[in-house]
Amino acid sequence: MLGTQLAVLRDGTPTGLTDALDLVAGLDDALVRGLARVGEDDAAALAALAGALAATPLGDRVTEAAGKVTAGSVLEEHLLALAGARCALLGAAHDALLGQLDTALGRARADWTPGAVEPAGAGSPARAGARAWLHEVAVTGWAGVDHELVDAAGAPIEAALAEPGLRRLAVLLDGFAAELRACVPVATMAQPPARRWADLWARGVLLAQDAAATTGASAVEEVSGRLLVLGVDVHEHDTAVQAQLHAILEPADGGAPRLVRCAVGAVKADTIVGPALWRLLDAHPVLLAALAQRRALTVTGLPLHGADLLWRDDRARLDEPADPFATARVVLPTAVAAASAPLDRHPVGIAEPVLVEGYTVGDDDGVTAFVLDGHPIAVAVDRLPSCGPLTPELVAASSACIGLLRWDDGRWLIQPLAVLATVKRRPVDAHTGDWAGGVTDPKVAKAEAKAGDAVAVLRERAGRLLRR
Amino acid sequence: MADAERTAWRRRSTVRVVPPARPRKLAKVPFVELADGRLQGVVSSGSDVERVYVSSIASGTHAYHCSTNNNRPCGGLRGAPCKHLQALAEEALLQYGADRVARYLRVDLAAGADTAGELLAALDARHEPTPAAVVFSRFLRHLSYLELPGSTAPLPELHWFPATGAAR
Repeated sequence: MLGTQLAVLRDGTPTGLTDALDLVAGLDDALVRGLARVGEDDAAALAALAGALAATPLGDRVTEAAGKVTAGSVLEEHLLALAGARCALLGAAHDALLGQLDTALGRARADWTPGAVEPAGAGSPARAGARAWLHEVAVTGWAGVDHELVDAAGAPIEAALAEPGLRRLAVLLDGFAAELRACVPVATMAQPPARRWADLWARGVLLAQDAAATTGASAVEEVSGRLLVLGVDVHEHDTAVQAQLHAILEPADGGAPRLVRCAVGAVKADTIVGPALWRLLDAHPVLLAALAQRRALTVTGLPLHGADLLWRDDRARLDEPADPFATARVVLPTAVAAASAPLDRHPVGIAEPVLVEGYTVGDDDGVTAFVLDGHPIAVAVDRLPSCGPLTPELVAASSACIGLLRWDDGRWLIQPLAVLATVKRRPVDAHTGDWAGGVTDPKVAKAEAKAGDAVAVLRERAGRLLRR
Repeated sequence: MADAERTAWRRRSTVRVVPPARPRKLAKVPFVELADGRLQGVVSSGSDVERVYVSSIASGTHAYHCSTNNNRPCGGLRGAPCKHLQALAEEALLQYGADRVARYLRVDLAAGADTAGELLAALDARHEPTPAAVVFSRFLRHLSYLELPGSTAPLPELHWFPATGAAR
C-alpha cells in the first residue's frame, strides 16, 4: 500500500454512511431497553428505520413491523423484518466501504454468482428454538436479561450443534449467550456493547430462518492450481475456533490469479487456548503443514464459491516453499478479489489482505499506527492471536507487514498477519501460522510443555467419562 | 474506563466482551466454571483415575460442598473445605483471575490477594450438601464439545470473535 492510498481510505468516507449507521444505532438502543414497551425515542428510531427503507422491497414489511412493535405486539415475523432492515443497511455500508477500499487499492473484484437455491426443507426444531429465544431476548432487552433467560439458550444451542448444517447458528448463539451471561446484570454496565449485541442478534435471527439462503456454502465451481499463502486469520471464542487462510490461487488453466480464502474450524472447551488451538484442527494436516513450513499448496478440484474455498485436505498437497511477502509483493497487486454472499455482507466481514512496507511505527490518537508518507493507519494490536508468535512488541519493531484491512466504528485498521522486524539488530519474520505444526519458540514451547497438554487431558477425560 | 472507550464499546462491532480463559494445567481440575450461582467444577481423584469429585462454592451464601459424582460425600470435609475445594479455588483464580472470581462469589478480597488460601479464608463459609448431578452433567456437556466434528465451510459469524491474547 502507498501513503496516498491510505489517504483515500481515511478521507473518502462514503456518502450516507453516517446516516445509515445512525439509523442502525437507533434500533441498537431500542434493543438495549427491549421491545416489550417501546418508549418515545425508540418509537421514533423504528419509524425512521422504516422510513429509510420505504422505497426498498422490504419497505412494507418494515413499516408494518415498526408499527406493530411500537403498539406492543411483537411477533417473530416483525423481528425478522427489523433484523432484515438492519442487515440491508449494514450490507449497504459494507458495499460502500469495500468499494472505497477497492478504489483506493485499484483492486478488481468479481461479482457474486448465486449458487443453486435449495428448496426450503422441513422446519428444524433447533431453528424454531433459536427463534423463540431470540424473540424473548429482544422483547426483554439486553438490560433486562437474567441468568434464567441466558440459560434458556442452552437447549437450542445443543440442538443446533448436533446438526452440522446449523454450525453457524450454533457458534453464534453460543458466543452471544456467553457474553450475556458474563455481563448479567447488564443494567449495571456503564455502556453495554449495543452495536455488537444487536449485530449478533440480527445475524442470529436471519440464520434461524428455515430458508435455504442461510444454510451454508454451496459450491458453484471446482478449481485446481497453485495456492500461495498470504497468511492466516484466527477467530476464537470460549467454545469455537476457526483458522481462515488468505491465499492467492493461480489457476491451473492459466487464468488470472484470484484472491481466495478457506476456513477450517472446531468447537472446543474454554480451557483450550494458545498454541493448543492448532491441535483442534489436526484433521487438516496438509493445511497446517503449509502454514508451519511456509509452503505453497497444489490443489485439485476444490469447491469454490465467491472467494471461499471449501477445504478438502485430501485434495491438496504440499508444494515448494513460498515466502508470503514475495507473494504479497509480486502476485497480490494483480489478483482478482470476489464479492461475498449478500447476506454475509456486514462491515465486520471486511478483511482484505494488503502489504505495507517502509512505514514508521507511530501513535495515532493513542493507538499504535503505521505511518506511511505521513499518512497513519491504526494497527489492531488487540487482534494478535495467542496461538502465534506475533506480539505488540514485534509489531512495534516491524518495517513490513502483511495484514488485513478492517473497518470498525468509523475507522480503518490493519490487522497484522505477518511482520518483518528487527530485534536486537537481527532480522525476524513472524507469521500468525508459524506454530500450526507446534511451537517453534523454545521459551514458549517450554512453558507449554510445563502446562501439559490440555487437549490430551480433556480427550482422556471424555473417553473415560462420556461413554459410561 | 475512559469516556472515549465507553463510547467505543457502544458503537464497535468487535470488542472482546469475555476475556479468554487464562491457560492452566488441567490434569488435576479438568473443569471449572462460574455458573448457576456457584463456583463449581470437577476435580480428578488423586488415587483412582475412574473417580472424580464435584466441588462447589455458592455465590453470596458461600455454602460449599464436595462429593463424588455419585453423590457420595467427600471424606475430606471435616468442618472445613477439603483439598478438592482448595484445588478448585486455586484453578479458578488462575483461569478467571481473582477479580472475576471474587465478584462472582461476592467476596471482599484484600487488594493483591490471589491465593486459594486467601480466597477460602475470606468466605463466610459453611457446609451445605448440593446435588452433584447438575455440575457433572455440565462437565460432560463441556467434554462433548471435543467429540463434535470440525467444519471446513467458513463460519462468517466468527469475524465478530477475533482471537486475542498476545496483547495480554
